[in-house]
Order: sequence, then structure tokens, then C-alpha cells
Amino acid sequence: MVFIADYGAGNLRSVHKAFEYLGIEAVVSDKASEMSRYEKVLIPGVGAFGPAMEALNRQGFGEALKEHIDKGRSVLGICLGMQLFLSESEEMGAHEGLDILPGKVLRFTSSTDKIPQIGWNSVDYCKDSVLFRNIPDQSYFYFVHTYYCVPEEPESVAATTFFAGKNFCSAIEKNGIFAVQFHPEKSSEAGLQVLKNFAEF
Amino acid sequence: MLAKRIIPCLDVRDGRVVKGINFEGLRDAGSILEQARFYNGEMADELVFLDISASLESRRTTLEEVLKVSGEVFIPLTVGGGISSVERARDAFLHGADKVSVNTAAVSEPELISRIAERFGSQAVVVAVDVKKVDGRYVVHTHSGKKPTEYEAIEWAHKVQELGAGEILLTSMDRDGTQEGYDNEILKMISTTVHIPVIASGGAGNLEHLYKGFTDGHADAALAASIFHFRQHSIREAKEYLRERGIPVRL
Repeated sequence: MVFIADYGAGNLRSVHKAFEYLGIEAVVSDKASEMSRYEKVLIPGVGAFGPAMEALNRQGFGEALKEHIDKGRSVLGICLGMQLFLSESEEMGAHEGLDILPGKVLRFTSSTDKIPQIGWNSVDYCKDSVLFRNIPDQSYFYFVHTYYCVPEEPESVAATTFFAGKNFCSAIEKNGIFAVQFHPEKSSEAGLQVLKNFAEF
Repeated sequence: MLAKRIIPCLDVRDGRVVKGINFEGLRDAGSILEQARFYNGEMADELVFLDISASLESRRTTLEEVLKVSGEVFIPLTVGGGISSVERARDAFLHGADKVSVNTAAVSEPELISRIAERFGSQAVVVAVDVKKVDGRYVVHTHSGKKPTEYEAIEWAHKVQELGAGEILLTSMDRDGTQEGYDNEILKMISTTVHIPVIASGGAGNLEHLYKGFTDGHADAALAASIFHFRQHSIREAKEYLRERGIPVRL
């Protein structure tokens, strides 16, 4: 069973549908108090960092998530959900994140590439990871984002992707904390496999 | 590396896919779900459903079908046609659309772009820009190319970007249906001066046209209808052709 946190950040429906399609039970809930009943938690996200952090904290998801992780349970952050795990973001002024993973969220700059990155990009694995089991290296996933994560611990980086002249961190995996910058729920077969891997490991 | 996208565009009515065959009018080409499954299997990068229904009721039927698609085809879905208000856009999102495409309504009420973008994010707003060359100038048209507007294409493209459009779907009305290739001149002029992705549309008749749209036209994505509908080429074949010529694609 996967708990999908509803803190008003869109795209819950498609994540939920993806699990339904896979035959994996998932619930969407806006009640942080219910999180403790689940082994797996998913933090989706579309929108801006500041308002999302505010909403997460207002609904008690920030605290609940930290307790969840302290119990050794696992979590998957998607897109903005991934970025929220880090210490801080420079999106429209400086904002503090959940600080589950030390690191910063920075804005892409490029004179050649269009920002935001919109479309399918390939993912290069940095280590053996649970999330990418049964998915060939350099598979394509669907991205939509203007900011990217720079984790302080290089060993937490599960995969990188090349964009705007750099290899940025597109997936994180560290002691049950999982995060992906792309949208697995919009990345066809490869994306569905990522969700399956998270739910079933 | 970020891939160039290939996007089949399906004209739909009453929840069914329709195709115009040799100007003999529209023929039923199966359900939206069947076609969506087919193109997903062929590695289409996204799907665009353009609703040409005349009534609200038949648009509703289409949305019910899109909802089914979103339950089993997990790639970005765009719904266009009749998105004339935030409520219509919301309805499309509630039925599984990831993006809406606005055209005529955006010209008559440009603030609609901002209102949808503020509520659902810029990534969810595609502005369809239909252009036609009139006395050497590219003029934006509405109502399927029937009505000229006061806007010149480049000026309008920049305006919709400022208003919060996430992508521009640029259709050359002069080339649409001709199978003579995209109008790479206007495509390049717009794609190299805006910072949002530009999707080429109108005129693709063979695989080289797709290639030229990416190289000469600097398009970020290519939309095509007839070359895929009539199974002249498969999407996979198109992508293999492009990859052999150095264009990054998802295969």
C-alpha cells in the first residue's frame, strides 16, 4: 500500500492512476495523521517550492514525514517532491526545505537550451539502485522543470541527466529515501516500472 | 540529451477519432482509446486530441474517452478545441489531460492564458498559433484559419510567452494538409527568439520534412497527423530515420 500525500500540489490523479493500472493499492490523503499506517509514502509535486513547503508544514506532512523516515520506512519524491527533500531552494527567493537530504535546489541557466526543460531525456545510472531495476541504463523519462537538485552527498545520487551543459542529479537513493526529478507517471513503460520498483521492493 | 519529440495529433469528435480522406470528408477511425494505445506502443512522445465537435455534449463524450486513455496510457496528453474558459480547462484536467491547447479564445481574451497558467502551471498551457502569410507578413488567424487577427506571428508568440504559455504549437495554415513540409522560415524565426518550446505543425508529408523541421526550423517537437494516420510511416520508423541523421529521439 502506498500513501500519496495530498497537499494541494496537483498531478495526484495521474500518480494514483498509474498505481491502479499496476494493480498496486494506493490511497490519496490530505491527513498527515494517517501516514503512520503505511510503509511507503509518495510526495508528488507540481508548482512552486515556497507555497508547497508552506502547505506541507501547515498540514503536518513535514513532521509526519520525518517520523516516517526515522522509523526506517521509505518515501519517494517526484519532481517538486524531490526538491522539497533538500535543505534549501533559490526558487523565487531563498526557501528552507524539509532538509531530509543535505543540499540545494538551483535554477538552470543556459544561453543555448530552453528553460524549463520540457520533454524526454535519458537517465544515466551512477550506481545499482532499487528504482531502476529491470530498466535499461539510459532509458528516457519525461521531465518538466526549471530547478534542479544539488545534493551534498555524492553517494546519494542514483542517476544523472545531461541538460543545459551539465549532468544534473535526476534521481536520489539513500537508505529508503528515493527521489526522481522526472515524472514516472508520464514516462510510459519505464516510468511505470519505477513506480512498481518503489512499491514492491 | 533532451530528445526531440514526435507527437501524433488526433482529430476527434463525439469521442471517436476521425480522419479526412482525400478530401472526401471525415471517416471514423476507431475509438480514442484504441488509437492512443496504438501510438503509445509505437513510442509516440505525447498525444494531442483536437476536438472538432460542434456541441458541448459531444465534447463531454470526448472527455469521457480521454479519461479512459489517462487510465492506461502514461504519456503526456493534450486536449484542444473549445477551451474557452478556466472551467473548460479544469474540466479537461479533471478528465486526465496534462495540458490544454488554446487558440481562438487566447486571441480574443489573452488573459485566459495567464489565468489557466496561474491555476494549473505554465507547463499545462499550450498556445496554438495558426499563421498565414498575407502580403509577405505572417498574420495570426483564428477559427481554423478563417479569420485574420491584428497580430503578427512573432509579436503574438512573444506576447503569449509573457502571459505564461508553456509551449507554442505553431501551425502554418498555408502548408496544413499540403504535405509539402513545415514552413521552416517562420518556425525558425519564432523558435530561436522565444525561450519556450515550439512544436512544428502543418505540412509534414514525409520523414525528411520532420528532419528539416528540427534542423532548418529549430523546432523542439514535431506534430503530424496524416503521415502517421494513413500508416504511410510508423512513428518508430520516423524516429529511426531521425536518429540515423543525428537527431536525438526516444527509442
